[in-house]
Parts: sequence; C-alpha cells; structure tokens
Amino acid sequence: MYTRSILIPITFLLLTACGSKPNTDATTGDKLGGNINIDGSSTVYPITEAVAEEFQKIQPGVKVSVALSGTGGGFKKFGRAETDINDASRPIKPAEDSLAKSHNVSYVELTVAFDGMAIVVNPKNDWCTDMTVAELKMLWEPEAQGKIKKWNQIRPEWPNEEIHLFGAGVESGTYDYFTEVIVGKSHSSRGDFTASEDDNVLVQGVASDKYALGFFGLAYYEENKDKLKVIGIDDGKAENGEGPILPSIETVKNKSYSPLGRPLFIYVNSTAAKRKEVQEFVRFYLNNTNTLTAEVGFISLTDQESADAKAKWEAFITSLPAAE
Amino acid sequence: MSVKEKIIEGVLLLCAAVSILTTIGILWVLISESSVFFARVPLSDFLFDTQWTPLFADKHFGILPLVTGTLLTSFIAIAVALPIGLSIAVYLNEYAPKSFRKTIKPVLEILAAIPTVVYGFFALMVITPFLQQIFPQMAGFNALSPGIVMGIMIIPMISSLSEDALYAVPTSLREASYGIGATRFQTSFKVLVPAASSGIIVSVILGISRAVGETMIVAIAAGQQPRLTLNPLVPVETITTYIVQVSLGDVVQGSIEYQTIFAAGIALFALTFILNNISFYIKKKFQEKYE
Repeated sequence: MYTRSILIPITFLLLTACGSKPNTDATTGDKLGGNINIDGSSTVYPITEAVAEEFQKIQPGVKVSVALSGTGGGFKKFGRAETDINDASRPIKPAEDSLAKSHNVSYVELTVAFDGMAIVVNPKNDWCTDMTVAELKMLWEPEAQGKIKKWNQIRPEWPNEEIHLFGAGVESGTYDYFTEVIVGKSHSSRGDFTASEDDNVLVQGVASDKYALGFFGLAYYEENKDKLKVIGIDDGKAENGEGPILPSIETVKNKSYSPLGRPLFIYVNSTAAKRKEVQEFVRFYLNNTNTLTAEVGFISLTDQESADAKAKWEAFITSLPAAE
Repeated sequence: MSVKEKIIEGVLLLCAAVSILTTIGILWVLISESSVFFARVPLSDFLFDTQWTPLFADKHFGILPLVTGTLLTSFIAIAVALPIGLSIAVYLNEYAPKSFRKTIKPVLEILAAIPTVVYGFFALMVITPFLQQIFPQMAGFNALSPGIVMGIMIIPMISSLSEDALYAVPTSLREASYGIGATRFQTSFKVLVPAASSGIIVSVILGISRAVGETMIVAIAAGQQPRLTLNPLVPVETITTYIVQVSLGDVVQGSIEYQTIFAAGIALFALTFILNNISFYIKKKFQEKYE
C-alpha cells in the first residue's frame, strides 16, 4: 500500500536527519560478521527490510538479505532450514510445523506488530452498521462482477440503490490480505471497483458518496474517523466474540476482530539463534520495530507486549544448548 | 555573410525538427510497445470486449468502458462550453462596445491559464457537493462534475476561435442583413453564425480533442472505475486516468499490465488524431468564401 511503501524510506530519512540514533541498547560495539537469510510475508517485509537496512549501518560486516515469497512460501524454505528467519502474517500451520520437525528445525515465534483492516461506509449511510464475512465474500468474489450491484442484493431490507465499491490497489499487501481472508483466494476479487494505491482517493470516494463501501488499512481509518463510518464484522464464530465486532486496537489484539485483524510474526530458527549476529539482529529488531510500525500503518505493540517479546527472545537464547 | 545565413537557417531547421522528431519518437514508442501487447491480446478483444480489468485475476482487455468514460466526460464538457462559448463570442462580436471587448478577451483567457489540477479539486470539492444537493443519489466520483468543469475550462477556446470566425464574416453581409430590417439577434444567429459555421465547428472539435486528452480534472474527480455506462452520476474512468493510475502504481515493467498503458495510449492518440484531422478537413473544405 502507498503509505507503507513510501513512508518507510521517509521515516528513516527523518530519523537520520534528526540525528536521533536508532536504539541499539545491548549492542556492545564489537563488530560482527556473517549472513542472515530472511524470507516470508510481503506484509512484514517493509518492517524487516527497514530494520535490516538500519542494522547493517551499525554492523556493516553482517549481510542481511530479505526476500518476500509470501508467508507460505517462506515457511517451506524455513522448514527446510534454508532461511534463518521467516516473516509471517499468520501463525505456522501444522503441516508446516511437521515439515520443520522432519528437518530437525525448531524455532521461536515472536510477535512484532498487528495489522488491521477497516470496512467503511459513508456517515450518511444509516442502514449498514455491520456485515458478515459471508456477505463480504458474496460482494467481493470474482463471480459478483457485474451481478451484485445494489445494496438490497446483500440484504433485502437495504435500499434499492447502486453500491459503489472502493478498495486498496491490487499491488498492495492490503488487497492480498483482504482477498485471502474474505474471498478465500489471494489476489482474486471482482474487477469493477475503484482500486487505488492512494488511500486519499479511497477516503475521498467513500466520504463523498452515500452509497459507497470501501476497505483499507485500519490506521488510515483512524486518521479519517470524522469523515467515515466503520462497520462491525461478524465472522460467525462464537469463540472469538459473538455478533459483529468493530475494529479497534483492542479488538485486533485480542483476536475478536477476526479475520480482518491479525498479528504479524517473525519466526527464528533455533540453530541460527545460536549465532551472535542473529541474536543481535533480533534484539535490534525488537528494540526498533515499534517506532516503524506505527508510521507505516500497522498497530504497534504496547510497551508491555514489546517487553514480553524481548524477554521471550532472551529466554529462548539462554535455553539453547551451547554452540558446539 | 552567407555562412551566417546558413547557421541561422540550420538553427531554425533544428527547432522545427525537434517538434517533428518528438512526435515521431512518441509514435514509435507507442507502436513498438503496444505491438507487444497486441501480440498477446487479440485486437477484437481490445475493441469489442465490454470489460476492462487488466489488473485483476480475471483479465479482460476491452477498451470500450474507457472510451465511453472519455467520450461521456468530453461531451458533457462540450454541452457546457458550446452554448456559453458561442454566446460570449456573439456578444463580444455584435453587442459589446469595442473597449469592453478589448478588456474582456484577456480576462476570458485567464480561464485557460488556471492549472488543471486546480480545476480538478474545484470539481471534486465544490461542484460535486453542489450537484449532490440536486441529485442525492450522485456518487462522489462521477462524470458530470468534471465534465462541467472541463466545459468551463474550454470556454475560452470555443469563444475565442468562434469570435475570430464571426469577425471574419464580411461587413457587407452584416450590413445587408440590417438593411432588410433584421434585428441584432436575427443578424447574429441567422446570418453570422451560419456564415461562420465552419470556424465554429472547428473550435468545437478542437475543444473535444482538448477534453479527450485532459487528464488531471478527470483523474481527480471522475473516479477510477472502468464501466460501460452513459449514466453521468456514477464513477467512470477515462483513458487518461487509467494511464495515470497504472503509471503511479507498482506494476511490474514489461508485464501485460504495464503494456496496457501503451495500448490505452495508442487508443487515445488515435482518438485525438482523428478529431484533429476532421477539424482540419472541415476548415479546408467548408470555409465559405465571401468576396
């Protein structure tokens, strides 16, 4: 998404321009060497890539390469011990876990941020306050193209007026995420909606059109709260909250705003975790990720969550058998 | 002396060549890049398919929705600009005092000097909310509002060219009309406008081709949703907007999505090229000669 891809370099320009040094905390100053291979989710990629760039400034001897094969593709390589760290936008699946076990790969899961999406309508829209995931699927799947065109096709009591759809651009991670969890297949949706990489177009479109509906990152809704109305989402599963749930930082974090809210992880291979440069890199990651994530449209960890993640990492390293 | 002449001649030739070579260069890029596109997408799909979704999983490459979007906004623009522009031209030519005419013409030209991005936001922020009072079901992005604003933008073009055409009508015709007892209004619309019709038509066609190529206003206010419709109240997408949208996105260079820009570009070029040629033809063929 626009904000995500553009803001990261800008953030770092600002950081360096202000002369504020990244928080290096436990870095002792000894120069490290080696390579760190990272692959995985394209959603987490911007954070990891930015952290990697900064890390290499203070540790020029370490070469960090970050690829973006997607969470699933990344886990395949991670399970075969081809990569040291995997970026993930969902927890590891049992099949991926058993692949890792069969290759004697053990790992630790660290939460680095939360990602959420908002479904918004015009403030003058007085009929739509919530939708189910099934209704969203019916509205957005490729088969809906040219067929589902009016509000009353979703629910008969809604007005007999044309619905105008707005959504994140097709090259954005937000679009992939939305189609994956709503339609069921990544990068697959109807084509007759206003798709823009520029969130301002989407906000303007929904804010000025009584019969509009759109989706984009939650952070962008938070910035434009006064012009938009967000609707609750019901995933039909009782275990994460009954009925429609409105998105907020809390509901994304406690997983009740499912499936449009999710945590983002990095997975670290335990063999790699014995290496000094990987230990330092992950420390650096956990120390600096919060300043970044908020800027690029994710929800940052709280101080407590951040401290927990750091503690988890330190405990994990000390629990490892000494390097041979 | 002759060397100096030769140098001057060479420099002048170079200046002329720059504009011609640029045109040839642009044409070359458009044709060579879009030939790759047309090798992958049959021309019949491009011309007759009714959907344009090259960025999505289910790809369709029918240019029709973009062409209708473009023509719809352009015709709304002309529907606004022609009556107003022509009235201004007639007023300036027949009714207004000479001194007034001298001051009002440059003022009108200012309309043409306003940056189109300003017009775009004017359409989005002022005209659209105003029209929504009249048509409550109107979408925030629509063809009507940018169409009207484009019309305002091309008023100077129409009025200025039409005024020149009216001015060129010989005084003898005007005097003859008054001589048989016609009023000013009758003289203007029954004698002068028909006599100057070729020039007026040319101004209209140039106005259309200006509106067809206009980018910023429609990109800001008309929406980005290619749809085959003549309803001016819903979001549409013009050819130019599509090119902007794809150029600004993260589309991979060399992919089919990327090549659609050039296919859309060549369609746009063909459209304005045809319009300009029609105007050139009319100018030559139908210019009435009064001696």
